[in-house]
Amino acid sequence: MNLTGLTIDSARSAVAERKTTATALAENFFAKIASDDPKIGAYLMLSKERALAKAADIDRLAEKGEPLPPLAGVPVGIKDVLVTKGVRSTAGSKILGNYVPPYTGTAVARLEAAGAVVLGKLNCDEFAMGSSNENSAFHPVHNPRDLTRVPGGSSGGSAAAVAADMAVATLGTDTGGSIRQPASFCGVVGLKPTYGRVSRYGLIAFASSLDHIGPLTKTVQDTAIMLRTIAGRDPMDATSADVPVPDYAAEIDRPIQGLKVGIAKEYFGEGLESETRSAVEAAIQRLASLGCEIVDVSLPHTKYAIPAYYLVATAEASSNLARFDGVRYGFRAKGAGSLSEMYRRSREQGFGSEVKRRIMLGTYALSAGYYDAYYLKAQRVRTLLTRDFEEAFTKVDAIVGPTCPTPAFKLGEKVDDPLAMYLADIYTVTANLAGIPGISIPVGANKDGLPIGMQIFGKHFAEAMILRVAYAYEKAA
Amino acid sequence: MKVTEKEVSYVADLANLELSAEERNRMVRDLNSILGYVESLNELDTSDVAAMAQVSDRYGVDQSKKGSERFAYASRDDVHEGLRKSFPREVALANAPDTDGTFFEVPKVIER
Repeated sequence: MNLTGLTIDSARSAVAERKTTATALAENFFAKIASDDPKIGAYLMLSKERALAKAADIDRLAEKGEPLPPLAGVPVGIKDVLVTKGVRSTAGSKILGNYVPPYTGTAVARLEAAGAVVLGKLNCDEFAMGSSNENSAFHPVHNPRDLTRVPGGSSGGSAAAVAADMAVATLGTDTGGSIRQPASFCGVVGLKPTYGRVSRYGLIAFASSLDHIGPLTKTVQDTAIMLRTIAGRDPMDATSADVPVPDYAAEIDRPIQGLKVGIAKEYFGEGLESETRSAVEAAIQRLASLGCEIVDVSLPHTKYAIPAYYLVATAEASSNLARFDGVRYGFRAKGAGSLSEMYRRSREQGFGSEVKRRIMLGTYALSAGYYDAYYLKAQRVRTLLTRDFEEAFTKVDAIVGPTCPTPAFKLGEKVDDPLAMYLADIYTVTANLAGIPGISIPVGANKDGLPIGMQIFGKHFAEAMILRVAYAYEKAA
Repeated sequence: MKVTEKEVSYVADLANLELSAEERNRMVRDLNSILGYVESLNELDTSDVAAMAQVSDRYGVDQSKKGSERFAYASRDDVHEGLRKSFPREVALANAPDTDGTFFEVPKVIER
């Protein structure tokens, strides 16, 4: 049995049926990481002791023949913007290089309570700011499908670890596409849930009204299992919604005949690479052959999404990142003569260039005289972008399109051009502004073998429906 | 050029960032390029459009309620029932760059 190639259900069953042990599973994954990760760079640190202790707990339960929790012994990896008690959590930043959190975030705690074994913390762009993982303060991640290319970002380590069999499933975060875009680049499944579906407690904040936690997995069913585990109201996050959590995996196989699937022309315009277009169009034909009705819809404000997003996101970031001042935790610059000099030097030396750029842009957009013209304007456009979706969803159940305009680009290709990098998020940011769920699934590869992803959007809290569509496609493909 | 080097210095001050001369130059270039791009938002007339600060405005909110009442559904239980327990002092201080064991220590704030 190839233990590192297992899905959640097959891994759990193998442990439950005593075909293997949780300990053997974890050890196999650590061996795989030791041999393959040096050339990929997905992990920032491993929590080996803690993982093996957890695996031993699961094995004791299995030996006694006791009922096993839903993720018993399943090895998972966690994006390093999610805090884990006693395990260094850096957000990919030097400013948190030695930070050891005193608590564990809700999504991670729920995975562990369900029996998952946390292998370690995954590389990402600093404070989740980036689309290529090249903004990690530690080292870049290489795409397992082609090591000369980026894995996408900011959850690049989370996507690469799943693609390279270095975790069964991972958690990522998505503020403007940071789960879906790397899932697409690495050829795995990635879901950004509805805003409020998953508690953000323990997520090191980038832009609080846009940040989402979600899973990256090998199959749609695994995403359904992960989502059910982490979703639901949490008193520690006031924005987590009090909406019942269905058993997504149980509903996933329901037929999709008669569902109306919308195609927005704005997602197939200029800039979309031809092979990506063909692959997504073929996938849409597949959905039609499965009985979906394909309907044209319009999302007329789409071209304003990136400008609105980068103003709202950076404004919120400039406020959230004000807490890093070298006083209570994190890096402090040496030799400062005054308190304000200590603040400025600690932030100057602790933050990387993209983080500083976004703090500057956000501070500018919020500053006196510019607030109305930039921040308030962007918030009004956010309403227009959200209305576009609301109107489209009066006509259709789901909207599908490409996740990204191109497959994975080369390392170094866009690092000197922030605007070109931002445009990699052109099809993903609107779902964050509107707070609707979106899933990216693999729909083939280009002539060089680089994966192509298709995105499926639904209304707020329609995760069960988009998972059904994704599952039906995956099964037929 | 919309943003000058002087403005970059002013904004860096607001953001508590001490940029090097080289970083300042690069920031002038990058901010101008990004702000030039976001200029397209002005093509839209938004005078009658409400600002959207958060997604929960679009679901779950009782529109007939006003002010903070509208978001009462989101009140934190732990705050409702009084503040939750704090971390013990040694846990709260464990990540501090400088501490005397009781307080966080920082460079002198007031000169005399």
